[in-house]
Amino acid sequence: MHYIPNTEEQKEQMLESIGVKNILDLFMDIPQNLIIKDNLNIPGALSEIEVKRLMENIANKNKTMVSFLGAGAYNHFIPTVVNHLLLRGEFFTAYTPYQPEISQGMLQAIFEYQTMICNLTGMDVANASMYDNSSALAEAAIMACRIKRKDKILISKTVHPEHREVVKTYTNANSIELVELGYYDGQTSIGPHKDFAAIIVQQPNFLGSIEDLDKISKFAHENNALLVVSVNEPTSLGILKSPGSFDADIVVGEGHSFGNALSFGGPYVGFMATKKEFMRQIPGRLAGQTLDSEGRRGFVLTLQAREQHIRREKATSNICTNQALNALAVTITLATLGKELKTSSLHNLQKAHYAANKLKNTGKLLFTAPFYNEFVVKVNDIDKVNDILIKNDIIPGLDLGKFYPELQNCMLICITEMHSKEQIDKLVSYCNEWVSPSDVAEQRGRAQTIVSDEVANGLKN
Amino acid sequence: MKLIFEISKKGRKAVQFPELDVPEQENLLPQDLLRGELELPEVSEVDIIRHYTALSRRNFGVDNGFYPLGSCTMKYNPKINEDSARLNGFAQLHPYTPENLSQGALQIMYELEQYLMEITGMDQFTLQPAAGSHGELTGMMIVKKYFEGINEKRSKILIPDSAHGTNPASVTLCGFESVEVKSNDKGEIDLEDLKSKLNKDVAAIMLTNPNTLGLFETQILEITKAMHQNGSLVYMDGANLNAMVGITKPGDFGIDILHVNLHKTFSTPHGGGGPGSGPVGVTKELSRFLPRPKIEFIDNKYKINYNMPDSIGRVRAFYGNFGILVRAYTYIRSNGFEGIRAVGENSVLNANYLLSKLKKHYHVPFNRICQHEFILTDKNLSNGVTTNDLAKRLLDFGVHAPTIYFPLIVHGAIMIEPTETESKETLDRFAEIMMKIKEESEKEPETVKAAPLATPVSKLDNVLAARKPVLKFEDKIIIPQ
Repeated sequence: MHYIPNTEEQKEQMLESIGVKNILDLFMDIPQNLIIKDNLNIPGALSEIEVKRLMENIANKNKTMVSFLGAGAYNHFIPTVVNHLLLRGEFFTAYTPYQPEISQGMLQAIFEYQTMICNLTGMDVANASMYDNSSALAEAAIMACRIKRKDKILISKTVHPEHREVVKTYTNANSIELVELGYYDGQTSIGPHKDFAAIIVQQPNFLGSIEDLDKISKFAHENNALLVVSVNEPTSLGILKSPGSFDADIVVGEGHSFGNALSFGGPYVGFMATKKEFMRQIPGRLAGQTLDSEGRRGFVLTLQAREQHIRREKATSNICTNQALNALAVTITLATLGKELKTSSLHNLQKAHYAANKLKNTGKLLFTAPFYNEFVVKVNDIDKVNDILIKNDIIPGLDLGKFYPELQNCMLICITEMHSKEQIDKLVSYCNEWVSPSDVAEQRGRAQTIVSDEVANGLKN
Repeated sequence: MKLIFEISKKGRKAVQFPELDVPEQENLLPQDLLRGELELPEVSEVDIIRHYTALSRRNFGVDNGFYPLGSCTMKYNPKINEDSARLNGFAQLHPYTPENLSQGALQIMYELEQYLMEITGMDQFTLQPAAGSHGELTGMMIVKKYFEGINEKRSKILIPDSAHGTNPASVTLCGFESVEVKSNDKGEIDLEDLKSKLNKDVAAIMLTNPNTLGLFETQILEITKAMHQNGSLVYMDGANLNAMVGITKPGDFGIDILHVNLHKTFSTPHGGGGPGSGPVGVTKELSRFLPRPKIEFIDNKYKINYNMPDSIGRVRAFYGNFGILVRAYTYIRSNGFEGIRAVGENSVLNANYLLSKLKKHYHVPFNRICQHEFILTDKNLSNGVTTNDLAKRLLDFGVHAPTIYFPLIVHGAIMIEPTETESKETLDRFAEIMMKIKEESEKEPETVKAAPLATPVSKLDNVLAARKPVLKFEDKIIIPQ
């Protein structure tokens, strides 16, 4: 099935109008030895019936069962209206609103999105979105170095490991030094560092714990550095104080939790917000309010002097497209949830604590810091546990040993408003086969020893 | 039109959550961590549907009409792609699902890489970059890593003066310095100027082919040869790949690194400005530098390989914009090898046909056979009517404007890319509208200059927006009158 409307007869007429005989004559500028002689070695065309069958077959090879995975990708309720509105062709088949007079729909939606992000994060200015949390975080690191004219960034080990890796890729390319901060009992340890542009922490962090932003903010500002807060699970903002109220300077995060499907990790949508004083340093598109020639309110892309198509090599970033459609999903979802977002967030909190309590009774929680909807459980043999759970149609939480060598046999469990008590109870029911409390005490001791090593290396005060 | 916040009514709801089915516990979090008021709108489901439907009607997409936005390849986005990406097995799949439970997703990624390799002639691909400019950045990081690997310090990247703005911005973001290469009077890279700028400090050239004037770089083999003789790499921006799919392969010209835009050539929707996807292809020699991880097919199973010690690292969490990959995969399987070649042929046929009609009326700076797009200018318009006036007037006729004032090297540029999914009738109608506007510029220029007249809002004040930035809704703000 192809999507070319012109008939053979029309093609002949068009070639005649151009003044050539054959379509291949249009490619005479290409050195003729570079023209492909054979068919491409890819499968032949399929009808819609066949493609549909093919895609369903492939999709069915993926198993989507009850899952306790979070770790940067969260299974939340997506209101039915979201998909119906996203599928309006006026939205999803449009491009970046270069012609604002016929793009008011998307521009206004972006303006609403920017407002909602500002309100949730407690910041003054939000951009029109970025690729995802990880790249937004990397851009925030570069932005902070630009503002502070320094080339050192502190980043907590409790920031999502893959996000840290992306930040490292970007900072490597920019000769920015990246220093990792250790953690104690699941929370960031701040150390005697000097002369850095910013400190980056995640709230709640990758281990599920809620960081002491008050302390970290003071530490950052006493050192004349910026506080960058990454909100990987923004439904937490339904109940948690905003990073802005802790005087954060740049807040980035992942918007996928609001109305964007898990979709094996993308497309997601990074958000970025900052204080008014850094407005002209923010990368990415910004929608702003203005008036039309008849005095009616309208919206345009604004402050474009920061951007690549005007500034070229002097731009604040190379970002061109954002994730407009995903940001629209965020906007519609937040409009739908409204103040009920708090109810949803409370369900996350309550259910996660219900599960954690059940597990705590047998002494399996690793950290004591407050948490939202994720927590770490220590098990005896994680491979065995994973086998048991999968056999019982449960996808287990994340094996943290994959990212943290010191957290072998530790599982990061995520519970959201989508989990029923029955599902949680089923998970807990396999607990008896997991571990004895003494192992946890030993593990906690080990985690502390590791942090002590970091104290020796100057990573903790 | 009102903002969603302005139709909010205290106490109204659009959602209901079930009763909490676990025993409620008190004081789970310390008081000083808790938020006060949550500032979000209070609206009903009907309010939501009406509000965003009304917003959609103030927007214009390919589904609404002709969208000849040059270099953006605004082709039709097949609906089956959307259904594919929304299949439960894809949409509900968590990125950390164990390998043996996510074989379908890994298969899509692995096979899509294979198809892209075959279509472009590159040896290996990464699907991780989330957009074209993200792909450029990835490419530049690979260039950097390559020279570090052979212990050479090179700091400059050559960029033709016709290049897209993301190119020099990506170069800077990677700590390189860009050096401009001039275009010649045929609209191609000036080979002599290029050679004069070659030295041992030049790491690579970043070129676009067909270039942003819609012209194939006829000296491409000489260019890649000169670069390679200098020990430099050749990066190709694949924004305009639509013109060459099934016809010729960048890998065969000596391109070392290439990014493709799935949201252009492979029909995934532009979404009002993203999500896109910008896979990067490289030669065998450079494949060890690709972002981590890589999907492999071993012993009849798809695996995720993180063990890539020479990789530049990750450029994005997880595996890229997976949902977009599913759409592109669906598109390639629908089209097959026959359809993909037809895309290349017909995108160029449509562009040349439209050019043949318009060049009788408009000034064409490079009068030759074009590829998938071409450039006109406002030189033949009368009474001071400019490219921008023309663009705004086009909106009144229900078509989107072309890309304007780009590339920068052509004064008053009007860059038109019709794509292969438009019919001759649509092209004929567009040509008629263009002729009519030219006529208007002669007879009633004030109409053209006042345009747009039939759009939901009239000309918007960009200066006001930039001078007094209002970037979010605040109750207190009174709209300046």
